[in-house]
Amino acid sequence: MSDVTETAVEAATGRRLNMIEAINEALDIMLARDPDVIIMGEDVGYFGGVFRATAGLQAKHGKTRVFDTPISECGIIGVAVGMGAYGLRPVPEIQFADYIYPGLDQLISEAARLRYRSAGDFIAPLTVRSPFGGGIFGGQTHSQSPEALFTHVSGLKTVIPSTPHDAKGLLIAAIEDNDPVIFFEPKRIYNGPFSGYYDKPVEPWKKHDASIVPEGYYKIPLGKARIVREGEALTILAYGTMVHVAEAVCREKGVDAEILDLRTLVPLDIEAIEASVEKTGRCMIVHEATRTSGFGAELSALVTERCFYHLEAPVERVTGFDTPYPHSLEWAYFPGPVRIGEAIDKLLSE
Amino acid sequence: MADKAQTAKPADTNRPALALHVPEPKYRSGDTVDFSHIEIGQAGAQPRPDESAHPSQMADLAYGLIRVLGEDNHAHGPWNPRLDAETLRAMLGHMAMVRAFDERMFRGQRQGKTSFYMKCTGEEATSIAPAMALASDDMVFPSYRQQGILIARGYPLIEMINQIYSNKADKLKGRQLPIMYSSREHSFFSISGNLATQCPQAVGWAMASAIKGDSRIAASWVGEGSTAEGDFHSACTFAAVYNAPVILNVVNNQWAISSFSGFAGAERTTFAARGLGHGIAALRVDGNDALACFAAARWAANRARANHGPTLIEYFTYRAEGHSTSDDPSGYRSAQEREEWPLGDPVNRLKNHLIAIGEWDEERQAAMDLACAEKVKETTKEAEKNGILGHGLHHPFHTMFEDVYEKLPWHLEEQAEQAIRERVTKFGSERPFG
Repeated sequence: MSDVTETAVEAATGRRLNMIEAINEALDIMLARDPDVIIMGEDVGYFGGVFRATAGLQAKHGKTRVFDTPISECGIIGVAVGMGAYGLRPVPEIQFADYIYPGLDQLISEAARLRYRSAGDFIAPLTVRSPFGGGIFGGQTHSQSPEALFTHVSGLKTVIPSTPHDAKGLLIAAIEDNDPVIFFEPKRIYNGPFSGYYDKPVEPWKKHDASIVPEGYYKIPLGKARIVREGEALTILAYGTMVHVAEAVCREKGVDAEILDLRTLVPLDIEAIEASVEKTGRCMIVHEATRTSGFGAELSALVTERCFYHLEAPVERVTGFDTPYPHSLEWAYFPGPVRIGEAIDKLLSE
Repeated sequence: MADKAQTAKPADTNRPALALHVPEPKYRSGDTVDFSHIEIGQAGAQPRPDESAHPSQMADLAYGLIRVLGEDNHAHGPWNPRLDAETLRAMLGHMAMVRAFDERMFRGQRQGKTSFYMKCTGEEATSIAPAMALASDDMVFPSYRQQGILIARGYPLIEMINQIYSNKADKLKGRQLPIMYSSREHSFFSISGNLATQCPQAVGWAMASAIKGDSRIAASWVGEGSTAEGDFHSACTFAAVYNAPVILNVVNNQWAISSFSGFAGAERTTFAARGLGHGIAALRVDGNDALACFAAARWAANRARANHGPTLIEYFTYRAEGHSTSDDPSGYRSAQEREEWPLGDPVNRLKNHLIAIGEWDEERQAAMDLACAEKVKETTKEAEKNGILGHGLHHPFHTMFEDVYEKLPWHLEEQAEQAIRERVTKFGSERPFG
């Protein structure tokens, strides 16, 4: 677990960023601070990335620091492992999490195990950034949430921010971390927090306090959850887009839930989870990813094992269905307000 | 829509029936072997282009075979690296040591001192000669059959044996399968069981060296069977795109466990020629000719160091023994192959060369072989004092959980406590393994 403490920072009033701008700023700061930081990926260089996360960075830091790569996820992760062995701190981008699979052997067999198998002789201090999650009519291959594939791998850390403020601080912490980090960016909330009410206009980040992003360097420790709102009625464990959906549902229904944004899935902030569930006695887990063997199963098992005598109802999981991510039936698939609302009602009625 | 594959040829077509080609090696167990179809060419006949040559000019080198040592045991042609006798004797000495080491470790596995071993018999030149052509701080990304690099770089034999025995002195703390060495100090990258993953890693290391304006280069080794992995293709693409200072070595020893090289594509082309398609300089070398191996590696190293880019070298050789201690090659290939292999044995050829130029003799060779065997034997005994695999669990249980991450997260701390708690129940005493 990280020994970094959250840096206290004074935010300039009125300086608000969306999540892309916050990520761009984190990358810019790290490129400037550490000459070993390298950014690479498909379209990240001259063009600045298909989501603009790396816009302007090549022009500012040069094309040997920020560059385009061939379309080969295996190659991108593989060369990043070699760069890490040399002593660089690569920050490769995989354009969509749905396309990370060709790089899995390099992530699972190599990056994750390098420190262990060489007894610390070689390390792989990579941060693999990748947009993930649905809610954008991305269909099967632009919507997936494959975090459980990575949380299952010993040696990897998995981080998912849910606000511009956290995205910047967590990304800086991830880049400085000496372990390989999978940094999933919920692309649904790049421009604004998503309530889950897909028929309502999206509120831009500028109206949300979490878009107040301090200038300069700060970091948020990996392995620490954020209490989104304190409450007594139940605990909701969520991350990424679903933090905002759960928050909106509780607001609509007037439910006094305690919402935890996990922020880091591995290593997990078990103390925050235990403290909350022991207080509320009820626990709901929300994620977009498919249900079976999803990360929710691990959370549910941990809560049941560790908080059993405090539980007043079975742990509820609200997730995507066990199907590939559909295109036209997206809002039937997405674990939105109706599914969350029903689960809350069920939990509170027991 | 059909819910079943159509299995019969449709009646209403006069198109010829397609036929699937499944490669088959020329010889199987019990067959009489004749390798006269293999074109080995004349030693000294291949031209040696400038190290800045464009890959498009290298077709003859990618499809031919660079050879230096002739039938007369003398060095011929422009690829003759003109090494002094002392260097040649050192090379021969490393080869003799690897062979002695392999013999003893193989026996150690049969005696139950360890779980597994892999020899490199017949392929010694493909690791030792290139290692000697590189600088000692050039990073190598080996597969599991380049123990010769460690020997050539002076890695202590006892550390190799400690690792093979997974004993209490094993620097990898008993975590790795035998022979999966790692030594940052010797610029020898941690060996992985997953094939070909080291190829893009070597390219990335070389790119990093170029990004930092360093002068060090990288080299990877992979068997011909593993060139079929996607990682090999990725490595070639990235190496070419970024003009990476890297040497991609392919050891074509004809066999990937039981599959002959045809299953990696060797029926239609050479492995060196794959470099040409990527725009990478390509050399195909007699892998049992230590001088040719050295010369090719030095050419490629000079090319990389001068920013002329990557080189793919195919070492054409023969895996003289089984794939590993878990393999019996008599089940899939003729026992005659080893004897009939037209490029002979790399150790004998180098020895005969040194004798031919008056710098060596059979007596000194016999004395050297004996000295190598003695040294390995003594070192083995020394290593056995640190324990062998069968003699219990040599490392404190907590070490099993260390180095997964830089620091132990809570869940690994909990699991470490569990493992330590289980110790007495499982193994019967407070400290059963010292």
